[in-house]
Amino acid sequence: MIRFEQVTKRYPGGHTALERVDIDIARGEMVVVTGHSGAGKSTLLKLLAVLERPTEGRVLVGGENVSALKRAALPYWRRSIGLIMQDQRLLFDRSAFDNVMLPLSISSHPPREAAKRVSAALERVGLAGREKAMPVELSGGEQQRLTIARAIVNRPQILLADEPTAHLDDAYARDIADLFRSFNEAGVTVLLTTHDGGLFERYAPRRLSLAHGTLQ
Amino acid sequence: MNWLRLQMRAGLRAARQMLRQPFNTLLAALVVGIAAALPATGYMLLGNLQRLAGTVSAAPEISVFMQPAASADTVKDTEKKIRALLAKDGRVELISRDTALKRFRDNEGLSEILDALPENPFADAFVVRLKDADAQRLEALRSELSKLPEVEHVQLDSDWAKRLDALIALGRQALTMLAGVLGLGLVAVTFNTIRLQLLTQRDEIEVSRLLGATDAWIRRPFHWFGALQGLLGGVLAGLLALVATRMLAQPMGELAGLYSLEFVLRPLAALDWVVLLALCALLGWLGASASVRRHLSRIA
Ligand SMILES: Nc1ncnc2c1ncn2[C@@H]1O[C@H](COP(=O)(O)OP(=O)(O)O)[C@@H](O)[C@H]1O
Ligand SMILES: [Mg+2]
Repeated sequence: MIRFEQVTKRYPGGHTALERVDIDIARGEMVVVTGHSGAGKSTLLKLLAVLERPTEGRVLVGGENVSALKRAALPYWRRSIGLIMQDQRLLFDRSAFDNVMLPLSISSHPPREAAKRVSAALERVGLAGREKAMPVELSGGEQQRLTIARAIVNRPQILLADEPTAHLDDAYARDIADLFRSFNEAGVTVLLTTHDGGLFERYAPRRLSLAHGTLQ
Repeated sequence: MNWLRLQMRAGLRAARQMLRQPFNTLLAALVVGIAAALPATGYMLLGNLQRLAGTVSAAPEISVFMQPAASADTVKDTEKKIRALLAKDGRVELISRDTALKRFRDNEGLSEILDALPENPFADAFVVRLKDADAQRLEALRSELSKLPEVEHVQLDSDWAKRLDALIALGRQALTMLAGVLGLGLVAVTFNTIRLQLLTQRDEIEVSRLLGATDAWIRRPFHWFGALQGLLGGVLAGLLALVATRMLAQPMGELAGLYSLEFVLRPLAALDWVVLLALCALLGWLGASASVRRHLSRIA
């Protein structure tokens, strides 16, 4: 379903973040990408979300070369994936409900159905009843759940998460890991990065290890 | 329909954003309102002045002086011709040279001057009083009258009404220029407000892009923001003009009373309101779209 073909990414300034990377991910797989800081993990996900484009090679999803998508087509591609970036990027002047509502309002969902979906997504991540809470009133773990709710509210087939367990206490981190596992069990293809590979060990996911931009 | 729904949702998002910062919203609207209140009030006052000018020049006079050598027959003939020209909207009065002489003599201290003259220096004259006529009709009549045979001179006694008309025209021009400048100011104010809004909402713009928002979706509420702010400013401007009417109504009425004129200061009419609001909203929209076009790509 997801395919990296000889992908190289050099950032302006000459730094090579990824070098000739080949990856093949099947539908419904759960893949954990590990590696040190600066290994190129974020770059990998950014190429998939087309926040960056490869210098060489191509990224295919369902047979389509997403790295060649026109700028005007990008919004529609992004709506079809669930994206959780390294910095949480919640809107701190909006309630939990409004934060999760944003993707649906972007894709012009009818408000009534959208409201139901938001509540369902919040419930799915264990934030039922916290609709009115502002992000600052939530703990770090809860904020991360909120980001996840926002990413799944559009019911994407692919979920990309960049270090979703970073900065979380062990117990919280395990909860989040369980959450991704449960999405995967529901059929979603999950690709996430972490520098704490041990956390996901018990699900025996497929593991990709990056070092200095190349797969080990 | 779909387009309309998208627009309405964007408008709603803009309104919500405005409510999130009520103080800023009110302040910006006040700036717009004061800028728009000046031309709005000026426009209202000019309209009233024009109405006043209309009532004043309602009974204008034209004096028609014959050549001193004109014979009695010619004078009679001329009187007929004037009547024909007037049709039914005026009266003609002949003031013969003898009458004029007598009236002049009745003024104390002037008779000696006349005694020194060999003959009556006055000519026969007509005073034409019109029921009502605008400046154009008066001017046309004046030129017709001066073409009559043996007419020496035609004098329009409502020259000052014409001057008032000219003054009003000048005022209108000045007002148009003022409105143009302030309209430009309104666009500039909105341009800047939207620039600040784009900065304030930078996070939301970036997050929205990540979540698959199109440029149009991002831009739309800012356009609405500008238009709504203009609209709000327009409402304030209209209210300010209304207050000005209230405050000026009494002194203007008293002033008019001194000249025995019937005069009531009229506030902006419904149509004026519509034009004012539409114009303010449009200018806000323009400023906003210019600002978004210029700043959005730099921000995210
Ligand atoms: N926008 C960028 N411009 C220049 N260099 C970048 C940029 N983003 C990342 N890099 C560099 O690319 C390398 C890989 O970065 P990244 O993919 O963020 O690694 P990781 O997420 O594994 O820490 C790093 O050395 C980083 O400095
Ligand atoms: Mg990273």
